[in-house]
Amino acid sequence: MTWTWFHRLGSPPYVYGLATRLTPWFAWPAALLIIGGLWGGLVLAPPDYQQGDGFRIIYVHAPSAWMSLMVYTTMAIAAAVGLIWRIKVAHAVAASCAPIGASFTFAALVTGALWGEPMWGTYWEWDPRLTSELILLFLYLGYMGLRAGLEDTQRADRASAVLAVVGVVNVPIIHYSVTWWNSLHQAPSVMRLAKPTMAASMLVPLLMMLLGFTLFFGAVLLVRLRGEVLNRERSASWIREIVST
Amino acid sequence: MSHFFGMGGYAVFVWPAYAVTLAAIVLNIVWARRALARAREDARRRLAMRGEGP
Amino acid sequence: MSRFGSPAAGVVVQAGAITRQSTVWAGSHQAPILDAARLALTRDLQLAFRKRGQLVQPLAFFAMVTMLFPLAISPELARLREIAPGVLWAGALLASLLALEFLFRDDAYDGTLEQYALSGQSLTWLMFAKTAAHWLLTGLPLALMAPLAALSLGVSAAAVPGIVVSVAVGSVALSLIGSIGAALTLGIKRSGALLSLLTLPLSLPVLIFGARATQLAISGGPLLAPLELLAALVVLGVTLAPLAAAAAVRISLE
Repeated sequence: MTWTWFHRLGSPPYVYGLATRLTPWFAWPAALLIIGGLWGGLVLAPPDYQQGDGFRIIYVHAPSAWMSLMVYTTMAIAAAVGLIWRIKVAHAVAASCAPIGASFTFAALVTGALWGEPMWGTYWEWDPRLTSELILLFLYLGYMGLRAGLEDTQRADRASAVLAVVGVVNVPIIHYSVTWWNSLHQAPSVMRLAKPTMAASMLVPLLMMLLGFTLFFGAVLLVRLRGEVLNRERSASWIREIVST
Repeated sequence: MSHFFGMGGYAVFVWPAYAVTLAAIVLNIVWARRALARAREDARRRLAMRGEGP
Repeated sequence: MSRFGSPAAGVVVQAGAITRQSTVWAGSHQAPILDAARLALTRDLQLAFRKRGQLVQPLAFFAMVTMLFPLAISPELARLREIAPGVLWAGALLASLLALEFLFRDDAYDGTLEQYALSGQSLTWLMFAKTAAHWLLTGLPLALMAPLAALSLGVSAAAVPGIVVSVAVGSVALSLIGSIGAALTLGIKRSGALLSLLTLPLSLPVLIFGARATQLAISGGPLLAPLELLAALVVLGVTLAPLAAAAAVRISLE
């Protein structure tokens, strides 16, 4: 029974319809969570003992950084699925992820620099976490560049899938770099298996933002996925209905 | 209120950070919708070229 | 004279030999793949030595890049000595990238790569052989040239062995990582910038550890630790890169 559902995910018309129907279920909760998280983080949360109001950048920096890693992992998994089982829809998912991930990696780097200047005294430092996050941005750009350089969609799908899988080794390096090397960047305070070390009034808005951004990614992915699925479809029948509405 | 905008002196860092992130969010929405519209247009054109249009 | 005429004709025989190996020994328990890999390696080396002019290009480029820094920054040897590891490695990386474009280009053009893919031999091993040839033609000469560049940057002669070893080991990793990008961008026109964009992120760890090792060689410190890390990256590359390159070549040839 569950396997029928899984097989249907390989069918482009089914996926297109599902994506259309699911988008609001991701978009509206995302909006509510982000707005709520912004309110909680900017207004309700008290200033930090050490960093004052400057710490509030965490409410945009941490979700952006989380997005950059999570989106790449999703992209790599989708790419691997498409490569191994030759499922076009999986390649469409991977292609949809890249621009989203790249933009939030950029946001993570910029917001991190803006946080670093008042807190550490420098906008940039070549320490492992920042450097590997920058590498991640180049991986996204390389992925998108490779896709753009290959005209044949099928070759572009498969070649960029190899690239995505090879690059996924960078993700654990970024996450664990702060523990493996002595780094300027603080040790993880939320994404650890032990209890987080933050106060609840500060933590709750952060969790809301993290979840909100994740759902936002889902919504944008679903919109992009529809376009990518259309681009890979040749047969006329189901497309005709879509296009005429 | 002015304290909110001043962010305890960190305004010049906090607000641009929020602005960049907001820009990323808006950009993603606009970009995705435009990509979908373009894909639909391309599909319509492909069908029309084959004479199977709606 | 057509470039697909006599220069390559003599070694097309070898490509045929690789395919013949698999038919002659099909059904036996022996592993003709090592012979096939050896044939691919010698073929690449032979072909490269026929175009000696092209062999020198990466080395000349490396020499010019290292020359840029004293002219652009400062001719003071004390300052140059400080930046020497970075200069050497940046030059080595760029020169290696330059040579990578030629790794698969000719073989893809004249159909040899397709022969490799169809030959029934392990494409992974053949990719490893080609990458080994690339290192012997680019990385190893760079490692031998690096001391000269280092001396011109004010580095003392005692550092020379350490420099040669660190660049030699690191350039193996660079060749391996680069082969993946070269295979992915096969046939794309003017792929130089894209190839760099794909290769650089993955080769930055090599750059970091390699520069550390060279830095320690210059300052006379113990360079065993970064050298071991570099060697670990090489081992990782040797196991994974030819596999990825083979997959990429198959995709590019489809």
